[in-house]
Amino acid sequence: MAFDTSPGLAYRGPVPPALLAGRARTHGHNNVNETSDDRPLWADEMRALSERRDESAFAALFAHFAPRVKAYLMRSGSAPDLAEEVAQDVMATLWRKAHLFDPAKASVNTWVYTIARNRRIDILRKRARPEPDDLPWGHEAEADQADALALQQESERLAAALTRLPEKQRVLVERAYYGDLSHREIADETGLPLGTIKSRIRLGLERLRHHMS
Amino acid sequence: MPDPARINHHLTESLLLAYATGELPEAFSIAVAAHLSLCDECRARSMTFDVLGGALLETHAEVLSDGALAATLARVRSEGPAPTPRTPVPADVLPAPVRGYVGGGLDAVRWRPLGGGVKQAILYRDEHATARLLSIAAGAAVPDHGHAGTEITLVLAGAFSDGIGRFGPGDVELADEDVDHQPVADPGGDCICLAATDARLRFHSFVPRLAGQIFGI
Ligand SMILES: [Zn+2]
Repeated sequence: MAFDTSPGLAYRGPVPPALLAGRARTHGHNNVNETSDDRPLWADEMRALSERRDESAFAALFAHFAPRVKAYLMRSGSAPDLAEEVAQDVMATLWRKAHLFDPAKASVNTWVYTIARNRRIDILRKRARPEPDDLPWGHEAEADQADALALQQESERLAAALTRLPEKQRVLVERAYYGDLSHREIADETGLPLGTIKSRIRLGLERLRHHMS
Repeated sequence: MPDPARINHHLTESLLLAYATGELPEAFSIAVAAHLSLCDECRARSMTFDVLGGALLETHAEVLSDGALAATLARVRSEGPAPTPRTPVPADVLPAPVRGYVGGGLDAVRWRPLGGGVKQAILYRDEHATARLLSIAAGAAVPDHGHAGTEITLVLAGAFSDGIGRFGPGDVELADEDVDHQPVADPGGDCICLAATDARLRFHSFVPRLAGQIFGI
């Protein structure tokens, strides 16, 4: 990006072809994820993993997310071997921290992204990433479920909008996330539905602060 | 923590995006993480960029080698869950990410006097950028404040004013080399700030416009 003080680390090669560009919805080892009418994607697997260390739930999560984490790392400039090692690392973290995952706070792919991003900073950028104060997110079962579902639906709208972006703009967004924004390019408003997600997260934070005080 | 409703000066899209994508130098990440600890509005904006990262994660996949799952399971199967992080310590002037670099609260800061009622403590420095705490005595001015690159200043206690405006607890001032400012602490009490500087960062280059136009949140 503009803060390109270490050009040697940034990926400069051509963008690899999408090997498996699929919608999140086409996965699932047993159909529970085929619809999000009443449950966020991967919520059941995460609970099974958290509560019972359920290996088949882990296998399903692994089958979906490990290849995506590997692709993210490779597109960020890491060699395939390292990318695979880090992908396994990230999935191991998911196993260890499953009980800390809160579906009202983030969808599973958001959470996996943050774990993968932090490992990438660690390993490829060789620096730490200070995190904000940890918030004791509330656990009111009903509000939580509604929040989790709404957040999931907004995230899916965002994912859909992302696929509809004109190629040039989508590439720009991708390059921002893969650490390869080195050209002076100007983009128009993309119309990605970020505002609604932000409002929803903001509302959750407000409620949380309210409960804390 | 300062009243979030009274924070008037926030982080830019480009800083939040760089933080979310892992491209921000560590010294700047300290300042961003500290502001996010105090400001729910920016925290929500920051988490929104994480949601976009999650959406992008879904779009590409690379095949793993045979046995990758088995190898991972073999590593973790016998492990218990990671410890649950401790609940936040009682409020200190310093947000948690800053305490992490100080090695304690405000009492633990090892100040070095700069003269004129100003003290500083370097928190972190690498080849990219430096993060420091500044303590400016009530009514004192920060001595000649030229910087060749970008500077983020986050007020943690007290307030200061310069040609740009007045900055109170939680407020962020973003300045590049075009800004010639001399912060003066309010007379009411000492002003404690976290400042991240880098001569090579250029926020007025394309990124702010780009991020503002793409993401606009
Ligand atoms: Zn803010």
